[in-house]
Amino acid sequence: MISDDYLKYPRRRYGMDHDRYEWSMLHAREKIAWPNGARIALWVTAALQWFPLDQQGKPFKPLGSLQTAYPDLRHYTLRDYGNRVGVYRIMKALDKHGIKAGVPVNAAVAARYPSLVKECVARGWELIGHGLDMDHLHYEGMEGEQALIAKSLGTLRGFGKVRGWLSPAKSESHKTLDLLAAEGIDYVCDWVNDDMPYAMRAGGKTIHAMPHSADVDDATILIGMHHDEDELRDQLIDQFDLLYEESATQGGRIMSVPLHSWVIGHPYRIGTLETVLSHIMRHKGVWPATGAEILDAWQGGRVKGS
Amino acid sequence: MKRDPGLYDYLPYDKRPKIEWPGGARLAFWVAPNIEFYELEPPKNPTRISWPRPAPDVPGYSYRDYGNRAGFWRMMEAMERCGVRGSVSLNVAVCDHHPEVIKACVERGWEFYSHGTYNTRYTFNMSEEQERALIQDSIDTIKKHTGQRLDGWLAPALSYTENTLDLVAEMGLTYVCDLFHDDQPGPVKVKKGRLTSIPYSLEMNDAISFTVNWVSPRHYGDIIRRQFDRLYAEGAESGTVMCIPLHPYLIGQPYRMKAFEEALAYIAGHDKVWLATGREIAKHFNESYYDAFAKASLPVGEAP
Repeated sequence: MISDDYLKYPRRRYGMDHDRYEWSMLHAREKIAWPNGARIALWVTAALQWFPLDQQGKPFKPLGSLQTAYPDLRHYTLRDYGNRVGVYRIMKALDKHGIKAGVPVNAAVAARYPSLVKECVARGWELIGHGLDMDHLHYEGMEGEQALIAKSLGTLRGFGKVRGWLSPAKSESHKTLDLLAAEGIDYVCDWVNDDMPYAMRAGGKTIHAMPHSADVDDATILIGMHHDEDELRDQLIDQFDLLYEESATQGGRIMSVPLHSWVIGHPYRIGTLETVLSHIMRHKGVWPATGAEILDAWQGGRVKGS
Repeated sequence: MKRDPGLYDYLPYDKRPKIEWPGGARLAFWVAPNIEFYELEPPKNPTRISWPRPAPDVPGYSYRDYGNRAGFWRMMEAMERCGVRGSVSLNVAVCDHHPEVIKACVERGWEFYSHGTYNTRYTFNMSEEQERALIQDSIDTIKKHTGQRLDGWLAPALSYTENTLDLVAEMGLTYVCDLFHDDQPGPVKVKKGRLTSIPYSLEMNDAISFTVNWVSPRHYGDIIRRQFDRLYAEGAESGTVMCIPLHPYLIGQPYRMKAFEEALAYIAGHDKVWLATGREIAKHFNESYYDAFAKASLPVGEAP
């Protein structure tokens, strides 16, 4: 039996069914002008993650989690491979083109491998808060979220400035954005409803959603969908080509390339990234930038009257 | 529970009255964009959860929202460039939430049929009275916002009761997209009214292709062409139907658009294709072939 209330719709109204952000159509907005007339802001991120051996999986296990009975040394080490080896291949691939990555870092990685995080900072990469580890998700009803955020950001801020945040598995509670804004976070990477930044309400402050794609992410395509490396290459190239074409008439666009050092960093896969970056960087008007740089330019770069 | 839905008789593919589409077309082609609204926090349903994660399911919700904010507009322009109108499978609450999307469809002469109120409200376990109210909401909302009469039904999130098809027929609808047993239209056995099943498709559906079968975007373009080539060839003997059901949040992603548009242009570039809408196909079939198909059908035996 279904209650008659099931056919009542108290939030059936103009716009969204919540108050977090406003309804807005991508094509109808002001055009964005990137610095130096660039058409595409290229935003590469390379996540550094740690999947602890005593995984609890609350309230769910994210992509990449451990799978066997305890102790799952197999998956634990295969993920940690990214921090020891994979990320250094990504650095080389990006260095060829002078690209600085955004680097979402689990605080546990920063504490365990401080030399790695220092190396990222030294290259001008932007640190992005990425929670404590891949087994401490943010979710409604959890305890101590404020302390968890403070601990994660506190650890990472010991290495440099942090303005952005990617929740582990993009999982949030109803309070996550408010707590992040209170901690001085300017942008989050969890919401996948847009190709450009937009403003969200966060407990009396404003926080921005940055278009950190979940679709052309190496883990989604290679691990989640079981596509091969050539299919990943095609999808990234097709994504870029369409955005580039669109930027001719609709203003600046953002090409997000979300990577995981434990996925793309393998010897047989890194060449795919190199091929894609060569394709992108051959084009005129590509501006490789970090999330904070893109957000600042977006805020200052709206073209009047467009 | 019934063991057999009892919705159709048996009519072998090679022994049917010949279908001729308008203008001597071999194949009736239609595109059905599902324009949907998924609620962030829908009420709990006893038989189906709306989101795999606890509320708020940020990636799940925001991914669907992408369709209306960004994906729809890209998809619409690609269809326009190919000269293809949409038959919108509409969660009717979109009329209230995003009237701009509805207006853009109306301006392009697209058809609207119903896909329920929200894609997060399921029909399972509804009483007959509740389901009537759901259908009436669709009839009224589509009339009010688009001026169109409601002719077609695709159950919200493909959720049903045993009464669903009887009720939509009784309330005056003429076609349904919920049955996947055929590549041609066919009569549906309902208590009152005249209801035709129009081939929709799960195989060509972007949601099934991308999220269930994990098809890559370029391969999606390939399978659309293969499906079309075969149905077009078979249509020389008797008219066939091909549908591409879409979801703007999926097909409207930048990396999926080009391969899809090329496949769409390939189909639209054939001369013996009737670029139709669901209502137009149903009307033509109902007027010219419904009775002949019903008469030629063989009764279904009882399963032992």
